[in-house]
Amino acid sequence: MSEITYLPGKEPHPREHRLIFKNVDREGWNTSIDRYLEEGGYDMLKKGLGMDPKDVIGEVKTSGLRGRGGAGFPTGVKWGFIPPKNTKPVYLICNADESEPGTFKDRYILHQDPHQLIEGMVISAFAVGAHTAYIYIREEFPEAAITLEKAIAEAREKGFLGQNILGSGFDLEIYVHRGAAAYICGEETGLIESLEGKRPYPRIKPPYFPAAMGLYMCPTIVNNVESLCHVVHILKMGGDEYVKLGTPRNSGTRIVCVSGDVQKPGYYEIEVGKLTFQELLYDVCGGPKDGREFKAVIPGGSSSKILRCNETFKIGRGDDAKDLSFFDLPLDFDTLAAAGSMAGSGGVIVMDDSRKMSWVLNNITHFYAHESCGQCTPCREGSTWMMKISDRIANGTATPEDVKTLEEVAYQIDGKTICAFGEASAWPVEAMIDKYRDELVSETSEENDFKSEEREEQEKFLQPLG
Amino acid sequence: MNSKSEVPQAAEIDGEQPLSANQDEPEIHSIEVPMPAVIDRDLLEHIRPVLSELEKNVHSPVTPGIVNFPPFRVTAELEAEASKRIVMYPAEQRRSAVLPLLHAVQHKFGFISPESIDWIAEQIKIEPIKVVEVVTFYPGFRQKAPGKLHVRVCRTLSCAMGGSYELMDKLCEITGIDRSKEDGHKDTISVSPCGNFSVEYAECLASCGTAPVCMVNDDFHEGIAANQAQELLDRYQNA
Repeated sequence: MSEITYLPGKEPHPREHRLIFKNVDREGWNTSIDRYLEEGGYDMLKKGLGMDPKDVIGEVKTSGLRGRGGAGFPTGVKWGFIPPKNTKPVYLICNADESEPGTFKDRYILHQDPHQLIEGMVISAFAVGAHTAYIYIREEFPEAAITLEKAIAEAREKGFLGQNILGSGFDLEIYVHRGAAAYICGEETGLIESLEGKRPYPRIKPPYFPAAMGLYMCPTIVNNVESLCHVVHILKMGGDEYVKLGTPRNSGTRIVCVSGDVQKPGYYEIEVGKLTFQELLYDVCGGPKDGREFKAVIPGGSSSKILRCNETFKIGRGDDAKDLSFFDLPLDFDTLAAAGSMAGSGGVIVMDDSRKMSWVLNNITHFYAHESCGQCTPCREGSTWMMKISDRIANGTATPEDVKTLEEVAYQIDGKTICAFGEASAWPVEAMIDKYRDELVSETSEENDFKSEEREEQEKFLQPLG
Repeated sequence: MNSKSEVPQAAEIDGEQPLSANQDEPEIHSIEVPMPAVIDRDLLEHIRPVLSELEKNVHSPVTPGIVNFPPFRVTAELEAEASKRIVMYPAEQRRSAVLPLLHAVQHKFGFISPESIDWIAEQIKIEPIKVVEVVTFYPGFRQKAPGKLHVRVCRTLSCAMGGSYELMDKLCEITGIDRSKEDGHKDTISVSPCGNFSVEYAECLASCGTAPVCMVNDDFHEGIAANQAQELLDRYQNA
């Protein structure tokens, strides 16, 4: 194998550790199967098909791979949830409905390295015993859908897909299914409903995992694009070797997508937990824009709780407890959860001191009001109310009371809905009010309080509160 | 009811004019939607002057962009695409093919017309309402004609910080599009009077690192600042 060179200006940062993104922006790279085979592509498929499916699951469990879609659930454990006495067909679905604001990693895998995904999917399907797999790709990637279909045709021609793959007796078909621009289709049961040709209303839990009852009421495994690609590397390195990457309980690499007010936004594949925010934002991303200072960071897609850059967090319990400033936080699943936010999908959105929090809040509430599927009342109504109230705060027509009302609405959505969209829409609002209450209140005014004649009449008979 | 002037005015409804004046044919019955079964370009000229206020307010596929697309008809190509898509799913689960079929129709005919909904329902053997509920849910399907160039600008946080609102304003200024009639949920597309352009805000196009981004038809463009809007449109105009 020759030395890997990258396109000028797109070279990876020295702190990066590229597994999944090895071929992204690579010089002389293309999406054809021949190019992929030259680099030892589909070797792991041969290795995987020669193993016992249980051993493949075992390797993935050993590797400690945690799902890269947002929840961070261990992939191997999820695969093990298929009922042992199952007689129905099993389905594997690749969730390529990348729509969490701030996340843009799957785009590059799908557009530039489709065979890596297909190889990962064949191995995963073999491990879980699926003979039909779907790639649910978002509508906004029309080019990637074509690239993938072409790649699938090429793989079939070479015998990596179809009947009796490489003489192993294992059959698999992969189909590309395009979504239609709905954020809720990223929720796994919503995605399944959508794939069934219905409105993507997420299903009531339990069962908590579609592994028991999923697509067409059959056992179904839904994995993120990045997670499925990691399977190839786990087989290549062996679970024991893979688990050494990153930090304990947070193994492997993950792609962090940085956007917003930094010098060099972009995608960086790093070992999980090996970089702190200081290193990521200053060393890798080149610091804030000229003359600016970092103000706040959303660490894992817009649904995660915002972190203030001048905050200190208590991490760990008992004797291990320590105070860490924001910039000393390592980027792993557990630390960010302990800091009250989440690593989510790896979308880091950075805001500097030129940004008004009311404006940011308003943008986010508009997103969630637009994307709520409307199935559960607290979320459908609440997200619209949050949008309307934040509109008032953003355009300066709110009263201080509005901030309180907004917070109340958010807490009435959180935990009261069928799917995690409720939390996803409420958390950013709760966190932003919690951390920037003074700033938000300072943009409101008592004078905006509108009193109708009727209300004044009524208030004559009310005792003033407290 | 054929002309705008016959739409019941507020005053009439308030009872200023006795209803008996029109007893034989009550006003309410005469409000019919004069949409032909198949939208024909020649017919369009005849339709436009007779649109009532009511029709203007309900979802109508007719926009200046309608001239860009052929009326819906079942072609051999479309049938081939449909049968290719339907076999992707288990035989008893044909309903799954609803999204692929809608995409095929929208790609060719620009938007989802009532006739195409009937055809899709027939193909996958479900009631048309089940197709309609899917069409009305997803922002990716439109029921009115866009322009020849349909521009989707990302409005979510990173792109908004990168200047996508300014990009949208600039695009509207260049193409003469009036977005004031838009509503964030039901009616998200605004078409230019010439029918060549239309714009829409999209939610996160997943390229936050190269904000602001937009899509023109099926092509993706990144890092388009407002001052590059003209250049972007020119690339298509000259092509």
